[in-house]
Amino acid sequence: MNAIDSILEIKHISKFYPGVVALKDVSLEVRKGEVHALVGENGAGKSTLIKTCSGAIAPSEGKIIVNGKVFDSMTPALSEQNGIGVIYQEFNLVGDLSVAENIFLGRAIRKGIIVDQKAMEREAKKILKSLNIDINPHTLVKKLSVGYQQMVEIAKAVSQNAKLLIMDEPSAPLTNAEVESMFAIVDQLKKNGVTIIYISHRLDEIFRLSDRVTILRDGQYVSTLNTKDTNKDELVKYMVGRELTEIYPQRGSTCIKDEVIFEVIDVCGNGDRNISFQLHKGEVLGFGGLVGAGRTELAELIFGIKAKTSGKFLYNGKEISPRNPKEAIDCGIGLVPEDRKLKGALLGLSIKNNINMPTYPRISKGSVIDTKKESETAERYKNEISIKTPSLNQIVKNLSGGNQQKVILAKWLAADVDLLIFDEPTRGIDVGAKHEIYMLINTLVEQGKSVLMISSEMEELMGMSDRIIILSEGCIAGELKKEEYDQETIMRLAST
Amino acid sequence: MKKTIDIVRSRAIYIFLFIMLIFFSIMNSNFMTANNLLNVAKQVSIFGIASIGMTYVILLGGIDLSTGSLISLVNIIGAYFMVNLNMNPWLAIAISLIISAAIGFANGWIIATIKMPPLIVTFASQTIFGGLAYIICNGRPISRFDDSFLKIGQGYLGKIPIPIIIMVICFAVGAFILTKTYFGRYFYALGGNEEASELSGINVKRIKYLVYSLSGFFAGIAGIVMLSRANTGQPNAGLGYEFDVITCVVLGGVSVNGGSGKILNVLAGVLIIGVLSNGMILMDINSYMQMVIKGIILLLAVGSDCIQQAELLKAKKAA
Repeated sequence: MNAIDSILEIKHISKFYPGVVALKDVSLEVRKGEVHALVGENGAGKSTLIKTCSGAIAPSEGKIIVNGKVFDSMTPALSEQNGIGVIYQEFNLVGDLSVAENIFLGRAIRKGIIVDQKAMEREAKKILKSLNIDINPHTLVKKLSVGYQQMVEIAKAVSQNAKLLIMDEPSAPLTNAEVESMFAIVDQLKKNGVTIIYISHRLDEIFRLSDRVTILRDGQYVSTLNTKDTNKDELVKYMVGRELTEIYPQRGSTCIKDEVIFEVIDVCGNGDRNISFQLHKGEVLGFGGLVGAGRTELAELIFGIKAKTSGKFLYNGKEISPRNPKEAIDCGIGLVPEDRKLKGALLGLSIKNNINMPTYPRISKGSVIDTKKESETAERYKNEISIKTPSLNQIVKNLSGGNQQKVILAKWLAADVDLLIFDEPTRGIDVGAKHEIYMLINTLVEQGKSVLMISSEMEELMGMSDRIIILSEGCIAGELKKEEYDQETIMRLAST
Repeated sequence: MKKTIDIVRSRAIYIFLFIMLIFFSIMNSNFMTANNLLNVAKQVSIFGIASIGMTYVILLGGIDLSTGSLISLVNIIGAYFMVNLNMNPWLAIAISLIISAAIGFANGWIIATIKMPPLIVTFASQTIFGGLAYIICNGRPISRFDDSFLKIGQGYLGKIPIPIIIMVICFAVGAFILTKTYFGRYFYALGGNEEASELSGINVKRIKYLVYSLSGFFAGIAGIVMLSRANTGQPNAGLGYEFDVITCVVLGGVSVNGGSGKILNVLAGVLIIGVLSNGMILMDINSYMQMVIKGIILLLAVGSDCIQQAELLKAKKAA
């Protein structure tokens, strides 16, 4: 491969941390003008690799070649000079400044010492127009949606003459509609001659956007494939290192009982209107819909985070109206929230403390904790759902995403809840661990517990649910039985 | 090697205390005597007691600036009950402690229910109750107490001054609450992540009421011990005490971001401040210079905490 064809070459890059090999002898070549996807499970080394390119970290070994120039390591300034721009998951934007000011942040166009607002807005308009982005450069960034904020980030990188744009999980914070607009911009960037490295968990996106795809696993290079010559199964196999014969495990059809454990009657509040449904014992009831359709809001009502304005919840036939999560838990309801790190797990505490958190008053005499029971409970549920850890005193922060999710689940099992609400149960969890979470959900319903599962992943929703209710703008738009499942029907109902 | 560094780090405060003891005993031959060391402990007992409540508050990620004013107020109301109203000392103590816990509760209620920042709420109550102390006594000190009451601050059990014993008991109770009861677990949980705690079934508001009440309660005990020791109720007795108390707690390694800290290390922090003040006095360092040095120590303590947090964050990102 000669230097003219490739914009970036990574040669034998390794990165060692004390006790951890984050990258081991990774080589990669990105051709000019292509969209090059980078995939791998969590911890495969994707982020570390791009950070060596952006100069955020220095590799322990190896060379980085940008446009034929050889570097041992980059610095943020050096990578910018060489036309590398990075769109991180967290944006570097100042909310109280305008779009134009953000695009030219630190490089304001000036007349003498006075900032030339007009010239900046003019230039910003040009850049935005070249990307087909329709935003007024005068708008304050904090007033923009996440999707538009991301576009401002992209425009900022373009204004810095980025020839190689690295996008780290760009679709993660976006709604479905926003993702589509982002794709259009990626296409436009490509047309404008910008090379893109696109990192994503979502395989659909890889096939939609990329020309070639490189797979990393456990910090090592696995393979680079032409996207059109491969398929999902092959990618998954490379990512996980084994065949995933069944992502969605089957469960016995005898699971569902006739008994209704939970009933919602005409509930309004928190943006939702006239919600009614029944949940049977042993059932997985899926909730589909667009982001903002009122699914998380419904979970908040049931779990006592927000108060309903009218309607009834019946739990085992008895009316309940929890005023806070504690009361919901005491009724027998548990919530596995969408944002695991922010809302689900207590990251700074041990596995043992996390599992016992809702149960402490129950295992205390007076208010003194029975430490024997504390350890027994934690041990029992650690084994029951196989949390991989050398010690129960391990801090949850140090666990992988999948294991953190299991700790949250163990917490609810220990609290002996019968109704579990999962909000996006596998978001940000790698493929192998996803499978385990699905198995656990199956085990739960087989034990007679009931599950409400909110999911934006169509396949997950159809693969796991016994029934699907689709919400749209705070109302129930439809309900589908298993034999009626169909992606298009769901999408149609979701966008009514 | 790494392990040794970790051990040194986790014991850093004790090592620091030890080095200071050696330093001052070299600088002044009067320092390392049983009498002087007991004196040090006696001097720190008042803000030592108050630092227990403050530890809980800072563990929660909050702050309580009203501690000094509460000490002053308890000084005055305790004295007022006993001298002006001729109340039985034990009853007066009980009522004073209930009032101080109630004031703490009020702080907690405003913070948790109205969701005002703790800094502002307790700053306001500092001013309010500081002023109230002056109003109650008309700005004049109150004195002439029962001998039985004076024992609390001035008496001895064997050779050991009673304030030290009270402080040790308070620390034992404080450590018990923090490590053996589920409330202690909830303090750590809340300080680490309030939202996740609430979603795990913790009644966040109640825990906040409890913590600020305890902060008021321990400040109240400190106020009573001080009143007995000084033999006079002064409306400005606790002026600026919150500064010493916060210094001790932070020096004791309780993270100002909440969620981590150990109460025994806070005791070490208390002793360090005591040794430092005492040693500086013995070395004839003037009191203005002492203020400068204490301020620098507070900065260093918070600084090292922030650096450690930053390192943790870095290590986390790397992984």
